[in-house]
Order: sequence, then C-alpha cells, then structure tokens
Amino acid sequence: MKTDVLVIGAGAAGMAAALSAAKNGARVILTDRDERAGGILNQCIHNGFGLHYFKEELTGPEYAERFSTLLENYQITLLTDCHVHNVKPDRKAVLVSPKGVFEVETKSIVYTAGARERPFGTLMIPGDRPSGIFTAGVAQKYMNIENRIIGKRALILGSGDIGMIMARRLTLEGVEVVAVIERLPYSGGLLRNVIQCLEDYNIPLYLSSTVVEVRGKERLEEVVVAQVDNNYRPIPGTERIFKVDTLVLSVGLIPQVELLWGLVQLDPISKGVSCSNIGQSSSEWIFSAGNCTVVYDLVDYVTMEGEKAGKYAAHYAKGERFETGVPIEIGENVGVIFPRRYVSGEDLVLYIRSKKPIEGATLVVGNFERRFEDVMPSEMIRIKIPSQKIMGFERIVVSLKEE
Amino acid sequence: MDRIVCVQCPVGCKIKFEIVDGKIAKVEGNKCPRGLAYLEDELREPKRIVPTSVKIIGGNYPLVSVKTSAPIPKKYIPELMKKLRQIEINAPVKAGDIIVKNIFDTGVDIIATRTVSKNSQ
Repeated sequence: MKTDVLVIGAGAAGMAAALSAAKNGARVILTDRDERAGGILNQCIHNGFGLHYFKEELTGPEYAERFSTLLENYQITLLTDCHVHNVKPDRKAVLVSPKGVFEVETKSIVYTAGARERPFGTLMIPGDRPSGIFTAGVAQKYMNIENRIIGKRALILGSGDIGMIMARRLTLEGVEVVAVIERLPYSGGLLRNVIQCLEDYNIPLYLSSTVVEVRGKERLEEVVVAQVDNNYRPIPGTERIFKVDTLVLSVGLIPQVELLWGLVQLDPISKGVSCSNIGQSSSEWIFSAGNCTVVYDLVDYVTMEGEKAGKYAAHYAKGERFETGVPIEIGENVGVIFPRRYVSGEDLVLYIRSKKPIEGATLVVGNFERRFEDVMPSEMIRIKIPSQKIMGFERIVVSLKEE
Repeated sequence: MDRIVCVQCPVGCKIKFEIVDGKIAKVEGNKCPRGLAYLEDELREPKRIVPTSVKIIGGNYPLVSVKTSAPIPKKYIPELMKKLRQIEINAPVKAGDIIVKNIFDTGVDIIATRTVSKNSQ
C-alpha cells in the first residue's frame, strides 16, 4: 500500500491528525490495534471532555464518536485490529493484522501512540504476588467495557485523575473503596476530582503515604501502608494494614515510544517524542502528538496538537520543508515543557508543568511575562506566546519565578 | 472570604465568595457564569452529573455508557444507581438516545453516550 500520511494510533490525537491531514489534501491511512477508533476515550465513560474544543461537556465515548463519525467523510483508510510492527528509515512500515502482514510506503508519519500505565512490577513493592492488583486503566476497561466487577473491597494507590475517577466508579458499582494513598504531600490530579470523586463519597485521601507490602496467597488479602519522609522513604513504625482484596494503581503514565527507538530524539524529561511547535520530530518526516510526546491533562489539548501535527505532516508530504527551529529550554521551577523547539510563523503554544506547588509565580518566556496566583504540578499550564515576544532569541528559556 | 472549587469543568476555578444575611454578597474567581450557578447549587442543594452504564442485550458490547442529561441532586445518586442496575435494554442504541425519561421526576433524563450496534453474530 502507498499513502501520503500514515497515522499510527487512532485515539484522540490520531483521529484529529488524520482528519486534519485529509482536510489538507493528503491521502491518509489511520491504524489502530484495537477493534475500533477512539483509543482510551472509549473506556472513559465519565464526563469532563470537550469543554475547550466543543464548548460543551462530553463523556469519553461521546467525544470519540464526534471524531470517528467524521472519519468516513474524508479520504481516510481506517485499519483497525492492525498493529504496526516496525517503522523503517526508508519510510516504510510493516503492519500486522488478521488479514496478514503487509507494508505501507508513506511520505510522512504522524505518530500518536499515546501512553502506557506504569505497571506494578516497576514499583518494587515487596511481598506476595497474588491476583487482585490492577492498573487503573485495566480496571476501567473491565468495568466499563466488559461489565466485570474487579473485587469487593479496594484500596487505590496514586491520586492521579484516573485513580480518583476509578475510586468513584468502584463506589458507584458497589465496591467499597477504603482509601486513596498518595506519596506526595498533595493530590496528583485535578482538584475537581478530589471533590467530586473522593469528598462526595467520603473516601479518605492519605497524603505522604505509600504501599510498602502486599500480602495474599492466591487473591490479595492485605496491603500495608506507611507514611513517607521528604525523600519518599517509608517511616518505620507508621505502618497500617488494610484488609482489601483489590489494589488499583494510578501511578503515572509513560509515553509509548518503543516503535520509534533509534529513529527520533526523545525528550529526556517527559520521555516522549521531542517535537517542535509544529509537531515535527528530529526525523523530518516523522510528526507526533498527544500522550506519546508529553502526558496531558485534557484531551482537548491532545486534539489541538494532533490537528497541528496532521496539517504539517500533510504539507510535508506535498513537498514543503520546515526549519529546525530554536531550542526551548527548561528554566527555574519548570518540570516538563512541550514543545522543545520553536519554528517561527505560528505563535508558540506552550504546555508547562511546574516542579512544585507555588503560590504567586511569574511565567517568563523570552520577553513574555504572566503572573499566576498558584501553580500545581498536577495542573498543566497551556499558554499562547505571541511570536513577537520570542523573536530573535537563539534559545527560549521557560521559567516560573517565585515571588 | 470562603473558598470553593468549581467542579463544572476541568479548569476547576477557585471561587471566593462572601455570604451576608444568607445571600451571596460577593463572588470572585469564576471564569464563567457556570461557576456562579455551581456556587448557588452548592449552597442550596449540591448537584452532579452522573456517568455510568447499563446492560444491553444483543449488542456488540455488553454495556452502553449513559449519563444524566443535567446535574441531579446528590441525594438521588444511590437510588439512581440501584435503578440503573436493574435496567436492561435491547440493541441497537445510538448516542443521545433517551434510556430513562424524567428520572425521579427531576426533569432530567438518562441518555446513552455511546452507539452500540446489534451483534452481527
């Protein structure tokens, strides 16, 4: 098969990229290993999506359907049940599906493979290895797609948004959620979820605490929780035993980049594909967007970045070429930023996570300044920097200055 | 001034407000009018949108996701979940279809948020 733009992954970023590439005149192949488009949105049945993009509040499946129904109106070939096995430097990809193994020759790629959940094994928690331990996304799929209940009494490790949303979901479905455990001294997710998912249902949130042991013969029986010090080391003597048959982990997402190893530069901090503000990677024919570049809070932003990457991938396929751009660097108090290079022409849309909670912080980018009343690492800042404020700089440093 | 976090959308505005003689005398921090409506509801009768799912027979999935068409008083949530657990509907269902009309006489409907087609097998 031959195409102009190959989009890998049909989640929020991929659907937006495919549509935008097609609108810009490209022939598009959109692939996904799931049996339908939509990605993780399909299992996120809660509301809270679409306020920025559609100006109305939607659930995940509704948000996905808005895009998947549009795909049919354009020159887009959707290949579901289709895994991309390999991407080669000569601009060919090897695809595997129930129909067989085949090659796609493309002019450009938009890589939109999303992120994976950090698994239990990486946490190095001592104890037994019984059943009953799930990542939040797996628990979500069992409950919201497959109609399976995952246990009777649950503890949740990690107060990221998915963890809190699953705490509410489990409670509504009749599973007793005894507590949410968070290693940091503050919640890892949005404040609204602390309120509408935990406080509404009287689920306690234990901060500066972590799981130090799991016990159980076949099924999980007990989880040992301890308080941690400033360096996240458990404090001896603070252990508490929770008798639960289920442990749900919401301990972070890791951009999925293995397919592009050796082909593109990765951001050493976000661990995602390093991109310019037009979504171009270090390999000029590979564009990328969404959670495989940096982990976002809101799907609306993923859609917007997907559209941008799709548009420029289509222009690239038509023969247009772009400058590498000037580097964007991390300054004071900044944890994660996206993008990492600035190509002039468009205003710069920056995504920033602070390194720590700060009350009264001034964001400085080139000649641009903006004060924020308070910033939190769990709440990503999105801000448009006008091009005239960053013109002429050889490198753009992004910092959050404390007062 | 008292503080409250608006849960109407992921922005989560931190709203500061002052009550004088049982009335809202001063409000700041909400970036849109929904914040004021939320504050009023929170003081009188807290309401939430409830997203969940119901069983579907003969569909290409065993569940269809649903939501309340508008926020409903929090006190109805346990009863609502009980009721929705008993419901089984037949495929096909389109996103936006009404599954239960005017639940508990609140004027709020339960609507499907996913299209589920008939199982072809």
